[in-house]
Amino acid sequence: MRAPASDLPLLLDDVSLRAGATTILDRLSLTIGPGAPTLIVGPNGAGKTSLLRLCMGLEAPSSGRISWGGRSNSAMARRAILFQRPVMLRRRAAANVAYALAQAGIPRKLRASRVAALLERVGLSDLARRPARRLSGGEQQRLALARALARDPEILLLDEPTANLDPAATRSVEEIVLSAARSGIKIVMASHDLGQVRRLAGDVVFLVRGALCERSRAEDFLDHPATPEAAAFLRGDLVI
Amino acid sequence: MADHLSAWQLILSGDAALFAIVRLSLAVSLSAVVLAALIGMPLGALLGLTRFPGRSVLVVLLNALMGLPPVVVGLAVYLLLSRSGPLGALGILFTPTAMVIAQTILIVPIIAAPTRQTVEDLWVEYRDELTAMDVSPAGRMTTLLWDARFSLLTALLAGFGRAAAEVGAVMIVGGNIDGFTRTMTTAVALETSKGNLPLAMGLGLILVVIVLAINAAAWGTRVWSERQAG
Amino acid sequence: MPNRRLCFALALCLGPLASHAPAMAQDRSIVVASTTSTQDSGLFGYLLPIFKARTNIDVKVIAQGTGQALDTARRGDADVVFVHARAQEEKFLAEGFGVKRYDVMYNDFVLIGPKGDSAGVKGRDIETALKAIQALGAPFVSRGDRSGTHSAELALWKQAGIDIAAVKGPWYREIGQGMGAALNTAAAMNGYTLSDRGTWISFRNRGDLEISVEGDKRLFNQYGVMLVNPAKYPSVKRELGQTFVDWLISPEGQAAIAGYKIDGQQLFFPNADRKGA
Repeated sequence: MRAPASDLPLLLDDVSLRAGATTILDRLSLTIGPGAPTLIVGPNGAGKTSLLRLCMGLEAPSSGRISWGGRSNSAMARRAILFQRPVMLRRRAAANVAYALAQAGIPRKLRASRVAALLERVGLSDLARRPARRLSGGEQQRLALARALARDPEILLLDEPTANLDPAATRSVEEIVLSAARSGIKIVMASHDLGQVRRLAGDVVFLVRGALCERSRAEDFLDHPATPEAAAFLRGDLVI
Repeated sequence: MADHLSAWQLILSGDAALFAIVRLSLAVSLSAVVLAALIGMPLGALLGLTRFPGRSVLVVLLNALMGLPPVVVGLAVYLLLSRSGPLGALGILFTPTAMVIAQTILIVPIIAAPTRQTVEDLWVEYRDELTAMDVSPAGRMTTLLWDARFSLLTALLAGFGRAAAEVGAVMIVGGNIDGFTRTMTTAVALETSKGNLPLAMGLGLILVVIVLAINAAAWGTRVWSERQAG
Repeated sequence: MPNRRLCFALALCLGPLASHAPAMAQDRSIVVASTTSTQDSGLFGYLLPIFKARTNIDVKVIAQGTGQALDTARRGDADVVFVHARAQEEKFLAEGFGVKRYDVMYNDFVLIGPKGDSAGVKGRDIETALKAIQALGAPFVSRGDRSGTHSAELALWKQAGIDIAAVKGPWYREIGQGMGAALNTAAAMNGYTLSDRGTWISFRNRGDLEISVEGDKRLFNQYGVMLVNPAKYPSVKRELGQTFVDWLISPEGQAAIAGYKIDGQQLFFPNADRKGA
């Protein structure tokens, strides 16, 4: 059996995204390759969510090209995305994960053991039989992670997953993300939290008003920003 | 059924004719609900998830058909199933089967229209997740229908209520034949026309109590199910 | 698991219907289109078990007005018709829808009216009574449904020299329903109506009504039975239907008809002569 083709490097070439008269992303050119997590930062409205959705393939750019591993129409099979507010299916936690496995084509016989393994990985084994909608915010986000990991993705995209969580829950989620990164999954994560950037990032993509402002390694971005907007952002000023 | 006994006495004495009538009413209406759900839910879900020219016309039509008069449906089905009609060779006029068919037609819109709205609303919420999980179009339908099951239960109960309560359709296509196609509602109509008003009222109350019991059972099922799976 | 629960619910719903299937498998049954007067008076409830015990044939009665019953047969949806409007029956025969007509039984019509007798018709003959009702505009309920009773009523107006279609006013209420419904309506509005005696005797919601006119020779009400012509509709159950017709006019069937009583009163009087009319 041929090994499935890789979705990396993820290449955006002069990509723009427009909605009516508004430009959400403006001639973005970006390459995301394998390795340490890439964190996407920028002020609200900078286009982080839209960038992630384009990378996942949920939307098509208005102009420009996206390619995954050199292919411009790649199926989503090897990618997974986590939204800021995950939607839980109205069934038990374990059933949610089983659902994701089923959609990923895993045969029924293998699902039970994988569900258990995934729940273990995200620390939800004790809550397997709890209705998913009755989990706390942090638990739901971890369950969403389990669902995403069920797809055995090559790229895991996350859209500010800890924005609404308390520090303890944030830490659990970050631990799972880091362990996923260590196991070889490419993490592409939007974040609003500079501390999180420091904890997780390998490299940083800094967006302002839909355009790529700066792209560098995490330490360089945080300690020696190259652009005035980046410096202002790091200081905590409003970057308009 | 002994005319001179009150409805209560008939229940307590276990009157066979009364129980046969109750059984038939439930059998016909419940069967109609099941069939209408099998037709109406996928139909509603499909309409809720797809976009095509003329779709709004179909949506409006489906909503309007919820108000189909039972007697009109009965007449139409009668003309279809009559020996001198197109499906006469089936020979199912004046049988419970014909009654089920008529009631199914009557309640498909009552189930399909709310299903369409519910699925359409739910899709707004679920769209990103289901697309990101690469769910097929058929998969989307079944997933949304299952996740919306508590709301859809109300649509099913509305359909059942309509079927159990109507008399026009089953009277025309069933013929109110004693011991064969007589239901609670046609029995009430008959006893009324015989002047047995207390008995007719009693039968009517029995029907109301049964429908109430079924609704209570559905409620209980929902509560239990929510506790299990949220 | 969604699937298991769904199947269970399905079985629960369809179970009761399945119990009806065996009944349809061995199908010794016929459909008889008859009148509301034979149903509402309880005659069939009495007769049919006797017939079934004798022949093991299920008789399924569709009770409609005479006109509607004959139309049902014209559409091929009945095997036998058992009605009471001679003129309409003859027309049915002439059109070729019936095989042969037999007299079965008779009773009479009665004019029902309020005890207060606002039109002053009690004890009179039917012609005088109808003239009085029309002249005074006393409330009158008509079946209005082409039934045997309705046909008789229209014939009686004509015999009284009244062109009812021309002179009917708000006092003349055509309800388009069966005898029981007509009696209910008459009871509710304290009005007059023509009824067959059988339905009146078994009717329970009399309110303030009583028999105003009876015994007039013109109120004679004859019932006839016909097998629907299999030449028109091969689906007609010829043998079973003929068995029913034969039984009705046989000494046994005729005795059974005579045996039906309510409160000691006989409702229908057998008068078959076996030769066919």
